[in-house]
Amino acid sequence: MATTSVPGVSGVPVPSEAVNGLHVVGTARPKVDAAAKVTGQTLFADDLVLPRMLWCKLLRSPHPHARIRRIDTSAALAHPGVSAVITGRDLPTPYGILPVSQDEHALCPELVRFIGDPVAAVAAVDEDTALAATHLIEVEYETLKTIDSVAEAAAHPAPQLHDYADSGNLHKLVHLQFGDLDEGFARAEVTREDLFFYEGNTHLAMEQHAALAHCGPDGRVTLWTSSQTPHYVHRALAKVLGLPPTRIRVVATPNGGGFGGKSDPFSHEIAVAKLAMVTGRPVKICLTREEVFYCHRGRHPVLMKSRIGVTKDGAITALDFESYVDGGAYGSYGVASTYYTGALQTVTYDVPVYRFKGVRAFTNKPPCGPKRGHGTPQPRFALEVQLDKVAEQLAIDPAELRLRHLVQPNTVTANYLRVGTIALGQCIEKVVAGSEWKSRFRRLPYGRGLGLACSSYITGAGLPIYWNDMPHSAVQLKCDRGGGVTVFCGSTDIGQGSDSILAYIVAEVLGLEPEVIRVLTADTDLTPVDLGSYSSRVTLMTGQAAIQAAERARAIIAAAVGTKLGVSSEQVGFGGGRVFDVGDPERGMTFAEAVVLTEAATGLIGSVGSYKPPTGAGKFRGAGVGPSPAYSYSAAVAEVEVDPETGIVQVPRIWIAHDIGRAINPALVMGQVEGSVYMGLGEALMEEMSYRENRRVIHKFPSMLEYKSPTTLEMCDVVTYLVENPEPNGPFGAKEAGQGPLLPVMPAVANAIYDAVGVRIDEVPMSPPKVRKAIQAKAAGGEPRFGPRGTPSILWPEALYVPTAAQGGDGRAATRPAAAK
Amino acid sequence: MSQPPLVQLTSRPPKERARLTVNREEREVLIAPQATLLEVLREELALTGTKHGCELGECGTCTVLLDGLPILSCLELALACQGRSVVTVEGMAGGPRLHPLQDAFVELGAAQCGYCTPGFLLASSALLKENPSPTRDEIKAALAGNLCRCTGYLKIYEAVELAAARMRGEPAVPRRESLYGHD
Repeated sequence: MATTSVPGVSGVPVPSEAVNGLHVVGTARPKVDAAAKVTGQTLFADDLVLPRMLWCKLLRSPHPHARIRRIDTSAALAHPGVSAVITGRDLPTPYGILPVSQDEHALCPELVRFIGDPVAAVAAVDEDTALAATHLIEVEYETLKTIDSVAEAAAHPAPQLHDYADSGNLHKLVHLQFGDLDEGFARAEVTREDLFFYEGNTHLAMEQHAALAHCGPDGRVTLWTSSQTPHYVHRALAKVLGLPPTRIRVVATPNGGGFGGKSDPFSHEIAVAKLAMVTGRPVKICLTREEVFYCHRGRHPVLMKSRIGVTKDGAITALDFESYVDGGAYGSYGVASTYYTGALQTVTYDVPVYRFKGVRAFTNKPPCGPKRGHGTPQPRFALEVQLDKVAEQLAIDPAELRLRHLVQPNTVTANYLRVGTIALGQCIEKVVAGSEWKSRFRRLPYGRGLGLACSSYITGAGLPIYWNDMPHSAVQLKCDRGGGVTVFCGSTDIGQGSDSILAYIVAEVLGLEPEVIRVLTADTDLTPVDLGSYSSRVTLMTGQAAIQAAERARAIIAAAVGTKLGVSSEQVGFGGGRVFDVGDPERGMTFAEAVVLTEAATGLIGSVGSYKPPTGAGKFRGAGVGPSPAYSYSAAVAEVEVDPETGIVQVPRIWIAHDIGRAINPALVMGQVEGSVYMGLGEALMEEMSYRENRRVIHKFPSMLEYKSPTTLEMCDVVTYLVENPEPNGPFGAKEAGQGPLLPVMPAVANAIYDAVGVRIDEVPMSPPKVRKAIQAKAAGGEPRFGPRGTPSILWPEALYVPTAAQGGDGRAATRPAAAK
Repeated sequence: MSQPPLVQLTSRPPKERARLTVNREEREVLIAPQATLLEVLREELALTGTKHGCELGECGTCTVLLDGLPILSCLELALACQGRSVVTVEGMAGGPRLHPLQDAFVELGAAQCGYCTPGFLLASSALLKENPSPTRDEIKAALAGNLCRCTGYLKIYEAVELAAARMRGEPAVPRRESLYGHD
């Protein structure tokens, strides 16, 4: 077996282009924490134990909507082994992840809004005692009318779940228009309108949420928690506990999977912190799986209406998109989620005129929030299935239709998103070739089919959650005399490998091997702020901050070594663990000797780096959602086998190509892409956060057995292509990989079902009963389709009109010309 | 409306003294009659390498070996394991060097978040003991009771195949397209 001088996974040759000028970036290698993970030594939150530790259990509401008349905790407090019982009276300050949605309480003081809303917390000597004590808490409820859907929320403005909603029980109403819609549709040769529904689903991370709090004798509170966003938990704790941030330390433990489900500050985190303060003892909680279902923050159910105008060539002349978003009981990230259902439709194919209307309703169900893809899988499903219908109608090959109308690099879209690099065309070509699309599409026997879809995702959001001018990510470096380097960064490893990325990048810049880099992350006392593991931001933003910090350390060392060698600092090279004269590489020293020399000459070597994304092009209200330093692109072809008798869809294989910009570690990118395909397949075929038909706000099955997710027996083969087209805004050209590759899977499967059996499933998941009904409808001469049939009546606000750049717009909203109304 | 107290949770029978063989060591522990093996491993013996995802026998995360066979430790009463041999991920390698399965999981990135990993490793080791040359379908069948939400299982299959080859004495390395994708 051929090997190279570049150490990666032993025995596997490294592509020569990866070696070119780079010794770490581009090489497949194990993650820095892999050995700990395979030996069970990684400490997750529930693995932590402190002396004198108490256990916490929460009492949750059995009612979907009720007023708390009375809570009596005396029997629970008197129970042997119980140290403290707290209720909403003890934590009166509201919080929430978004500044505009501070609508949650750690423990409900007055209203409960979904089955599972916490009302009291107990700290006791062990978990069983805490659980027993929760049953001794007497709560008197006055039940209220429930709201179970967007339609019901629109029809019943009262009783209001939250008084800050835009209108009644409609949390958020958005209406944006870019360009002249009538003119756009007038140019269309074919116009279609389609309805789609995407059912909600949940993250189902294998690790149940857990947290451990400690309050020291100095009054300082430390919280270890399985959170993707320790910085935001830190903010929420300071607010709700009424403590200065300097007295709170949040440490995010390695997450046993996140997928967006651990991105909000949670009631259990605040409850254990308060209980630790009240009792003076450490307090731990680990949620049951049922409770994790109630925490939720998963995929929003979204009903969508898409009206599209195209020319006979398939060019889109106008797109008019509506989203009806079922938010659940609280705000969470929902305002952003709602905007995201209308943001990224424009970054794949040229859309010159665009209108988006979105509404998010409050309903008495567990709150929805950000799940992998955050607000974009739903509209992407709608758009890609609709384009498949357009292609069919125009008799254009769906791959060809997309290739003809791709957004060009370095363009500003109608809704003012700045697209930099785009290698979607290459992605389409890869999966078309791999799947033998041209010879097999529309040519396979009945019951078998191929479907194609594409997608795009942000590589980090352009704006932080709390708007400010500070960096989104920062890194500190410490070089020690033994030749090691320690990287401090607030980023949180949720399994995606963000700790490893820091080690690779610093090693690359300093000419070291990743093994000599130590990484210390996700600790608000010890590490500089990184906003968190969400929005696919971490590799790009921590990577850029790490490059800056490492280059600054390099400059400090180069100056001292240059003086010693009698060359300019530009003449000092770093590589192979050495620092040397590039004109005569034999002249030099080990990195450790260079550190000693530098420290003797100028004192301790320390450096910092930080990163803030470029500002977005849009200046209108709502322009904050969608801008990103870089957009990743994916294309997928799914092959399906449909049993027309049962409606069961099997997916033997998916081909996926992902525009990664550049893979820092290709093995990790492969893992993200395959994992995304897996999660997309689950959403496509089976996963649904559904509620009982007769009492629609009761969760149907808050268990892993009944919530269907793909096992080894349902998972398909995946043929993955990594397309490299370095992105100037990314570290070494890298773009995201964790979310984008999920997005094309659901529409590719839907389009493949149509190819297989000639029916349209305009609804996710495409479960057997739906497929069977559509096949039966077709056989009976009815519409060969399963999907929604109407939209609720919403009183939309007047559109915010933004002239497009093509119309001479500058990104600001304008008074709409009368003709365009 | 108020909730009635659950009286049965408030009175508990005393713990019993028991001997368990865990990772080839005999351990003496006090075990509550209702305690599961999972609870005793994690909370009494501090072997937190064994994880849990549901504690209801649905996810496979708490898999350990009992007399060499994979079982769900969340469904096994600890007292029923007296006199039997329990192996957890901490005892899998049996020394400072990693087990070939652990090595292969590291090389291929078969552990992402790592939370389901101990269960997959032990279920895989039981498979390879019984069947040193499993087909892909046999691997899928053997691991069908374990859920993983990160990897899509593919790197896990490849790691089991890689380890199996090495345990048969064949020189084997990961396939290039597993780490770098297809051309």
